[in-house]
Amino acid sequence: MKRLISIACALTLLAGCSRPAKAPAPLAAKAFGAAITEVGGGKQVGSIGTALDQPVVVQVNDAQGSPVAGALVELHTAGGAMAVPTAGLTGADGQLTSTVTLGGRAGRYQIAATTRDKSGKPVELRLDEIALGYQQQQGRVLNDQYCARCHDPESTPERVSNHDNLTAKPHAFTEGAVLNAMSDADLAAIIGYGGPALNKSPEMPPYGYTLNKADVDALIAYIRAVADPPYRLKGLTYAKN
Amino acid sequence: MRQKIQKLWQFLFGDGARAFGTLSVILLICLAIAPAKDRFREWTRYQQKYLRLIRGRGEAATLQRRFQGGLQQIWMPELGVTDRCGTCHLGLKEASLWDVSTQPFRPHPPIPHSLTEFGCVMCHRGQGAATGVEEAHRSTLAWEQPILPARYLQASCGQCHWNTLTGTPQLNLGRQLLARYDCVSCHVLKTPDGRRLEGTTDAPALTHIAEKTTREWTFAWLKNPQAYAITATMPNFQFTDADARDISAFLMSVGQASGLSPAAVPAGDAAADAQAGASVYGESFCASCHATVNAAGMLVGGDVGPELTRIGSKVKPEWLGEWLHNPKTYDPDTAMPHYRFDQKQLGPLRAFIEAKTDSDFLANVHLEPASPEQVAHGKALVTERGCASCHEINGIKKPANFAPELTVVGSESLMKIIFAPGVERTLPDYLRAKIRQPHAFPSAKMPQYTFTEAQVDALVTALLAQTERARTLPAALRVAGKRESNYRPAGKAGQLMADMNCFSCHAINGRGGNMAPDLTWEGSSVERRWLVSFMKNPNTLRPALIRRMPRFNVTDAEAETIADYILTVYQTPDFDRDAIDPAKFSAADVELGKQLFYSKYACQSCHIVDAQNDKGYIGPTLTQVGARLNAAWIFHWLKDPQALRPGTVEPNRNLSDADARALTAFLMKQNKEVAKK
Repeated sequence: MKRLISIACALTLLAGCSRPAKAPAPLAAKAFGAAITEVGGGKQVGSIGTALDQPVVVQVNDAQGSPVAGALVELHTAGGAMAVPTAGLTGADGQLTSTVTLGGRAGRYQIAATTRDKSGKPVELRLDEIALGYQQQQGRVLNDQYCARCHDPESTPERVSNHDNLTAKPHAFTEGAVLNAMSDADLAAIIGYGGPALNKSPEMPPYGYTLNKADVDALIAYIRAVADPPYRLKGLTYAKN
Repeated sequence: MRQKIQKLWQFLFGDGARAFGTLSVILLICLAIAPAKDRFREWTRYQQKYLRLIRGRGEAATLQRRFQGGLQQIWMPELGVTDRCGTCHLGLKEASLWDVSTQPFRPHPPIPHSLTEFGCVMCHRGQGAATGVEEAHRSTLAWEQPILPARYLQASCGQCHWNTLTGTPQLNLGRQLLARYDCVSCHVLKTPDGRRLEGTTDAPALTHIAEKTTREWTFAWLKNPQAYAITATMPNFQFTDADARDISAFLMSVGQASGLSPAAVPAGDAAADAQAGASVYGESFCASCHATVNAAGMLVGGDVGPELTRIGSKVKPEWLGEWLHNPKTYDPDTAMPHYRFDQKQLGPLRAFIEAKTDSDFLANVHLEPASPEQVAHGKALVTERGCASCHEINGIKKPANFAPELTVVGSESLMKIIFAPGVERTLPDYLRAKIRQPHAFPSAKMPQYTFTEAQVDALVTALLAQTERARTLPAALRVAGKRESNYRPAGKAGQLMADMNCFSCHAINGRGGNMAPDLTWEGSSVERRWLVSFMKNPNTLRPALIRRMPRFNVTDAEAETIADYILTVYQTPDFDRDAIDPAKFSAADVELGKQLFYSKYACQSCHIVDAQNDKGYIGPTLTQVGARLNAAWIFHWLKDPQALRPGTVEPNRNLSDADARALTAFLMKQNKEVAKK
């Protein structure tokens, strides 16, 4: 008898210890679309391991291009990136909004948003996000402080762009087509000694007496990280598990 | 069966020679166990895998040469670090493996510390001494230190760095939030040097609350502060209607009028004054500090002062008039400047601000006069919920040790923690859940905050930095945070500067805000005449800025007092402001300067000298710079701008003295004063 009781006690204890099985609420699509498009949140730049500033918003449309409410969208992430929620039904506007947190490795992360059409065939949309490591993040801070005023043609209420006031138009750092063709040494030269170092406009001033080598390296790392198309496209690997 | 065993026994130990042979074989096998076990260790497999990985690469010879087999260990007893991570993580220092994405062979990304100087577990946590994957990375019952998830990695920087690092935005945000949301008013949180972190919200004193607002507003605010203003830092205490009714009654009963006679401010005709009020609001740059939600539903404005979207539903008109007239009468420590508005400005401004109401906000609030029992219950609730930790309330003492101390919460033992159901058994997940849903935990006094995911991450990061290790590290490793100086200017000028709260925007000698330029050496740069006229009517220097100096209605005498003080006291020791006499510049100097300005240095990309043709607007407009700045300042600024104002965008161009002199000559010629309005 005693033995039975002790066994029962042990079993109860064990049952108490085990984590309650979380049954994921079954999500069933109430409607099906034919296409999935990005509304916003792609091509964002954030620090490794942190949530992106803007949520990722995707929209499911039917064959006529009008939004479909109640379609099931699943977001697949890799490399330690997370989307919250990872799946959901689209709202009345046909959209699903999800917050994405980047993984721990600097580089490109790909988010695949999939939905199924009436025949059950998956329709997929891929979004790229960029994670900055420590050095690139340092570069980003320097970019915001010294470079963005001219190199970023977009104005915000807080920062009016000086891009249009210049005779020689500076390249935005996302212009991979141009900047990827420049070697690290060239970038270091133009940052350090100004435009004339590469036979370009003196409107680009020298920062070599203001920034140290680590700063310049960080800036180059940032420029490489945000380039579009990506720098070193051939060896580009998306973050994996 | 028995026969078989006997046969075997005979075979093995039948005579002396057989027994000796068998025992020798057994001994040999026993001896081989240890090396064999070593041979098949988990890490040896990884080392072989690494060798296979590098074999096919272009730089194989170099990588092969740098490869060291066997157990690798970093040992730093003074830091408590015994790391064997390098045994498997073989590519950490090999930058040429940048395209390798599989662990454990990825190279470590560039960081400012050397890996051998600090080891791995200082930043990543985990079990440094372990040599198995499970043991090293994941928590076991005996070893409660799993790998720190990447999203909280900046917490590790915070163990030594108590200053603000550019590379750790998340940690910085977390620490700001701890102070801004007054977490540190209930929880004690100390840095390793024993200093307690202080809140920065300056939750308003409630000693005269009845003078400022109504009981109805207080009730609605207590029920849900975020319904009044989405930016409200006060958390939601989830009071019931009865609780909010009693607390509001109690606060009104102890927050009686101070007996100040409100200044006679004309009430103003709301409709007629709306336009005029809006322009006073705009001209005074109220939006630099106060935000409002605009018609498009966007929150626009600064976060220094409270949000004003529904302010008309909150404050009493007489109080608002007095506050705009001189905020120091109600709150001597407020960050709001004394604007010295005249009556023509005050009426319309008050009407404009009063009109920012929300008729829905108080629509359903109807309160009967409170009974003494209700007031007593309100007092009990105020004491129980720790309201006085943040607010000054008549008759209630600030509670000590109201909430658990968080000084070493980042290394709290999981055994001591009670987890709410459904929360993952790790410290970061516990902290997350506690911040997001304090009510899910038993006996939680903590109120409900409305943080975004990013803010929760930041807070968890800041809390995880509060470790036992941080407390016991050698003091030499600690980088102390910047402490704000308690500098106060003296004399009459000092009184004026305190009255207009110059320090809310400008920093001087290490104290003050960062919205406007640091004025520590302002006296070495500007001309007195310009400064006096600027004080009286601040015209903008930087066309692209949206936050500008507002106009305070200062008298001539006040403007001169402040200008004299600035010119005398705020001088750099590096040069004499009168050292260069602009009269000695020749026409040739000016001409050379002009050429250098436009061709060699292309200064017009950022500055405007000729208002017709130049367009750059990153730096200040220089059309009248000769009347604003003195020659010595311009010369030294051109030679090394960062020396005079660290972090300024203007690059150091390494100018020769001759070039700097010529440019100074050219700039000093830009001194045509515009006729006064």
